[in-house]
Amino acid sequence: MMSGHTEEDDGPSLVTNGTMEIVLAAVLMLIGAIAIYDSVNIGFGWRDDGPAPGFFPFWVGLTLVGSSLINLFQGIRKSSARETFVTKPQFGRVLAVLIPSILYVAAIGGLNLGPIQIPGLGIYLASAIFIALFMIFIGKESVIKAILVGCFVPLVTFFMFEKWFLVPLPKGPIEAALGLA
Amino acid sequence: MEEISALIGGFKVALSWYNLALMFIGILLGVIIGVLPGLGGANGVAILLPLTFSMPPTSAIIMLSCIYWGALFGGAITSILFNIPGEPWSVATTFDGHPMAQNGRADEALTAAFTSSFVGAFFAVLLITFLAPVVAKFALKFGPAEFFAVFFLTFASFVGMGKGSPFKVLAAMTLGFVLGAVGLDKVTGSLRMTFGHTELLSGFDFLVAVIGLFGIGEILSSMEGGLKFGGAKATIRLDAVFTTWKKLLKYWATSLRSCLIGCWMGITPGGATPASFMSYGLAKKFSPNGDNFGKGEIEGVIAPETAAHAAGTAALLPMLTLGIPGSPTAAVLLGGLMIWGLQPGPMLFVEQKDFVWGLIASMYLGNVVGLIVVLTCVPLFAAILRVPFSIIGPVILVVCAIGAYTIHNSMFDVWLMLVFGLFGYLFQKLGYPLPPLVLAIVLGDKAEEAFRQAMLGSQGSMTIFWSNPLVATIMTLGMILLFWPIISALKERVFSAPPTAKT
Repeated sequence: MMSGHTEEDDGPSLVTNGTMEIVLAAVLMLIGAIAIYDSVNIGFGWRDDGPAPGFFPFWVGLTLVGSSLINLFQGIRKSSARETFVTKPQFGRVLAVLIPSILYVAAIGGLNLGPIQIPGLGIYLASAIFIALFMIFIGKESVIKAILVGCFVPLVTFFMFEKWFLVPLPKGPIEAALGLA
Repeated sequence: MEEISALIGGFKVALSWYNLALMFIGILLGVIIGVLPGLGGANGVAILLPLTFSMPPTSAIIMLSCIYWGALFGGAITSILFNIPGEPWSVATTFDGHPMAQNGRADEALTAAFTSSFVGAFFAVLLITFLAPVVAKFALKFGPAEFFAVFFLTFASFVGMGKGSPFKVLAAMTLGFVLGAVGLDKVTGSLRMTFGHTELLSGFDFLVAVIGLFGIGEILSSMEGGLKFGGAKATIRLDAVFTTWKKLLKYWATSLRSCLIGCWMGITPGGATPASFMSYGLAKKFSPNGDNFGKGEIEGVIAPETAAHAAGTAALLPMLTLGIPGSPTAAVLLGGLMIWGLQPGPMLFVEQKDFVWGLIASMYLGNVVGLIVVLTCVPLFAAILRVPFSIIGPVILVVCAIGAYTIHNSMFDVWLMLVFGLFGYLFQKLGYPLPPLVLAIVLGDKAEEAFRQAMLGSQGSMTIFWSNPLVATIMTLGMILLFWPIISALKERVFSAPPTAKT
């Protein structure tokens, strides 16, 4: 589970560890606060028959807020706080996989943003496009190779899930046109 | 010997051609999962879980547990040949394994790693065979208070035995509890933290969390480090296997010590990763060649591999007997049991004898099959590793998305997976541990239920947790572990810094 820092990781620092410690601790405190807010609404005290439904989330939320507060201060004070969390090229590489992944998930099921409705492509077509484009633009692999892998993986998945194990996956216009949906 | 006859019955269940084939497939898949970045034991099993829905439960768990053994074996290959730990518990294996490979002793290192893994697992399976029925029989007498005490001990030991900041362990764990509490409250039927969203009614599924935290999170960290991969070639010749086995006999003391460390850390949820580090550290301290550790000492491969595999296997003991998993992967297997309609816990040993003993027998067989497969197929797995990340990366992402979708046939889960992935990346980089988070999502509900049932029984008095010697011992032990960071800090202040090196 370790990232192999084999490449030169120089390049300008984008954020420091200290900043990220604060951000993450703040997010966790917010989640804790939501838990506390909700448990106050549904009752967090002690009833005749034992603890109310909010009792457990309340104390857990409080612990989360408390420990995050400590983490926040320890994060700032630690000697490594000024060290780089991520450099610009590193962050660029993370975004290079994160943004396509988000688009990929959106492409599978489509988006429903109120007035704007984008129909999904289904998992097979979306996967084929995602793999091929990722290989061409981010992996700098040859186009033919990208298209081959992009077609091969969804085909194998199709037979494995739909035929052998009978687990249906989301389908789109392509499968409908082929009469498979 | 009641256990022996039950075990023989188990072998009869496990030894069918169908099951043996599943074992073989499971091990192969497992090693591939262990070798690939972004797919590990826990999320690999989670992704493949839906494939087993149509199988009989015994065959399904045989295949899934074999995937797990395979993943444990696979971690060693990447560590030794590529200096990339495929799994966190193989980090310690890189210290001496990779230098050995660089010195042209890759086959020796791999044989030592696989054999040690096998020894560790075998020791743990023996332990499970004879200890599990005893623990289960004992646990049949448990009431809600005792169960809560065990849950408490489980979580307290994360705080007490974890590496790094105890407050980060606590934050990760309580985040898991909060996420686990979302949805319908089983005791009173009221809704918690759903805020009117129907998707949240059934709460967060930990399988989605596992796929996101471990799978997507690791892909993000691998991408951060760049796309390049480089490594040594390796084949294992048969004579190298035998000469290495002869050498291994000399290190029986290290093996035995590592087995014991692994079993202990696996049953208590310390897990395979700290077990491997601890075992490596102790081996270094006790070995006459201690100074050579880190330069390619075979003992430095034996110690962490034995302990990691023993811990990984032993983690199934509390899962089967108490329904309390000792590791994220054990938690995923537990999730599988519940999907097939089996209730893990002491009753399993009474009601589902065939299943339990079939599983235990398959642990013996699976590890034998695993050892043979990995010893013969190393070149194949090394070849997989040379496939560039620009191909493997997107394919793994697709596999993760499919895995997250199939759990509940819901696109919402796929989005959640991405969010968990982002958290996994941040958590890993800032030193927040993931296992307590996952186990808290799984066990939060159950721990709370046990607590509330105990409270119903005692009319709200906390003294029930100290009402008999058994529950009192477990609770007190849990308290000590929970406050261990404070206790040890005080101890250090009182006795000034002790000269012993920390491992």
